Amino acid sequence: MRALANGPDSWIWWEWVGDHLDDIAASTREHVLLTAVSVGIGLVISFPLALAVRRWPALSLPVLWAAGAMYAVPSLALFGILVPVTGLTRTTAVIPLVTYTLLILVRNIVTGLDGVPRDVRESAAGMGYTGTGRFLRVDLPLAVPTILAGVRVATVSTIALVTVTAVIGQDSLGQLILDGLNRDFRTPLVVGIGLTVALAVTAEVALLGVERVVTPWARRRR
Amino acid sequence: MHRREAPLRPNGGAAIRLAHVRKHYPGAAQAAVGDLSLDVPEGEVVVLVGPSGCGKTTVLKMVNRLVEPTAGEIHVLGEDVRSVAAPVLRRRIGYVIQQIGLFPHRTVEANVATVPRLLGWDRRRIRDRVAELVELVGLDPALLQRYPSELSGGQQQRVGVARALAADPPILLMDEPYSAVDPIVRARLQDELLALQRRLHKTIVLVTHDVDEAIKLGDRVAILNVGGVLAQYAPPAELLRAPADDFVAAFLGSERGLKLLSLVTVGQVASIEGPVVDGDVTPGEAAAVMRRFGVDWVGVRAGGRLVGWVADRDLDGRRRVADAPAQPFNAALRPDTTLREALDVLINSRTRVAVLVDDDHRYLGMLTVDQIAEGLR
Ligand SMILES: Nc1ncnc2c1ncn2[C@@H]1O[C@H](COP(=O)(O)OP(=O)(O)O)[C@@H](O)[C@H]1O
Ligand SMILES: [Mg+2]
Repeated sequence: MRALANGPDSWIWWEWVGDHLDDIAASTREHVLLTAVSVGIGLVISFPLALAVRRWPALSLPVLWAAGAMYAVPSLALFGILVPVTGLTRTTAVIPLVTYTLLILVRNIVTGLDGVPRDVRESAAGMGYTGTGRFLRVDLPLAVPTILAGVRVATVSTIALVTVTAVIGQDSLGQLILDGLNRDFRTPLVVGIGLTVALAVTAEVALLGVERVVTPWARRRR
Repeated sequence: MHRREAPLRPNGGAAIRLAHVRKHYPGAAQAAVGDLSLDVPEGEVVVLVGPSGCGKTTVLKMVNRLVEPTAGEIHVLGEDVRSVAAPVLRRRIGYVIQQIGLFPHRTVEANVATVPRLLGWDRRRIRDRVAELVELVGLDPALLQRYPSELSGGQQQRVGVARALAADPPILLMDEPYSAVDPIVRARLQDELLALQRRLHKTIVLVTHDVDEAIKLGDRVAILNVGGVLAQYAPPAELLRAPADDFVAAFLGSERGLKLLSLVTVGQVASIEGPVVDGDVTPGEAAAVMRRFGVDWVGVRAGGRLVGWVADRDLDGRRRVADAPAQPFNAALRPDTTLREALDVLINSRTRVAVLVDDDHRYLGMLTVDQIAEGLR
């Protein structure tokens, strides 16, 4: 191993990694936290938006258009707007991240609920479900696969986006990447990128697992 | 037809009463249901039949308030449907739709348990009831833990019926329940429904566009024309014998006589005594009977039973009719056999008659084509 000249100039310098394990762990934790908080808040905002869109179909176009427009705003520009207002805080980091989840989440919640077969909704009403009962026990469970697919895409893209928050000084794996770029030092760069990718893959697999567990009916097909 | 303004008794014997019911969907050019009054007697199967778009589904959905009428009143078991909250009303009325609408995310067991759960039954009662229902509709209990997508069309249909019957509602509404399954399964499910009804005596309103299904299943059939106009409401045999107008006649089709064949039973038709003699009469007396009926054979009776028939030529030189070799009749029919089966027996028999016996095989009479034709009038 020594013969491979493991040192500051190699792709990964294990000694540095060993010395900075605590920092790396803290950055990873912060990365996961930012992602979870952003997707969580995104869901909380998306649900009422999606329900409003379904109740008043006229809202559909404006809401999706607005969510789409926000999606298109570069995050750096958003930070530029927010920093004077909310400062170099976690809030400033989370706002754009939440914004980016809205399009996919609203769209998938609406699609999922719209996808509940008419005959199932009708028979649920015919059996004597109340409106709320039907929503919670029939519509929502049947929309779960589509909603979770949205959560998966939103989570993975948020994990990637979180790295950008390093520019406003927010800690995350992005900080390692930025550090590596600033110092032209490969190790933190590789560690930052590698862990970000690993997080994304882990999240994807974990959420697929969740989906399988909560929708056993969706995989047993004849 | 039923234009009584006020019910005589709380429900006047009708489990469901529609009085001047009208439904005009917002934005529609015409009313889907015009001015419909209809009594569904308790314990009967009433079939609503008519061309597509004539308002059958609308009528059914107004009964369980999935659709609210524009005008008129609907009483279920003597109670105005508007006097109870819609979900409460619906839990008392079984509902089966063409697409079945099973909950894909629930096992068969949970699907069947839907209404009992809504009614807050305890687990044990629900489990016992589900077991009972599975038996009732002829479902394999092994399917209970499956999901609907893992079942065949016929199995899903049975689950749909079990789910509708779960809380033992006195009333069952069925909207084209068999149009999604193939003809063989359909015929079997129809037979099962009739068998079920013989045990349960529910009040059933079934919607179909298939006249033959209506005739087969209905104690009464309501024929609707476009706009929810009631063209005729009568037991199926009455419809076939005396269609009220050209629309009904056309809707019933050109083979009304043939359809009646499957509906009228042998017992409902006047049979004839037929060329029958006791075994101990002489060939001469038998010959006189044959001449009278214009046939060359005679039925031989012994102790109230018909043992068979003897041909004219086999009687030569016999002392008694019983001494000649008797041939058995093709089949002996019970009074509840349909004329259709009687006709089949008749045309396949050498003697061109169908023999009628009671449950103890005692001879009741004979049918020829003449009696069958008479029975179809
Ligand atoms: N929800 C609705 N809104 C508007 N029109 C409807 C609605 N449901 C049914 N209709 C119309 O009412 C008429 C009767 O429909 P329906 O009761 O479904 O007839 P059927 O079951 O006999 O085919 C049709 O012309 C149909 O297009
Ligand atoms: Mg219909």
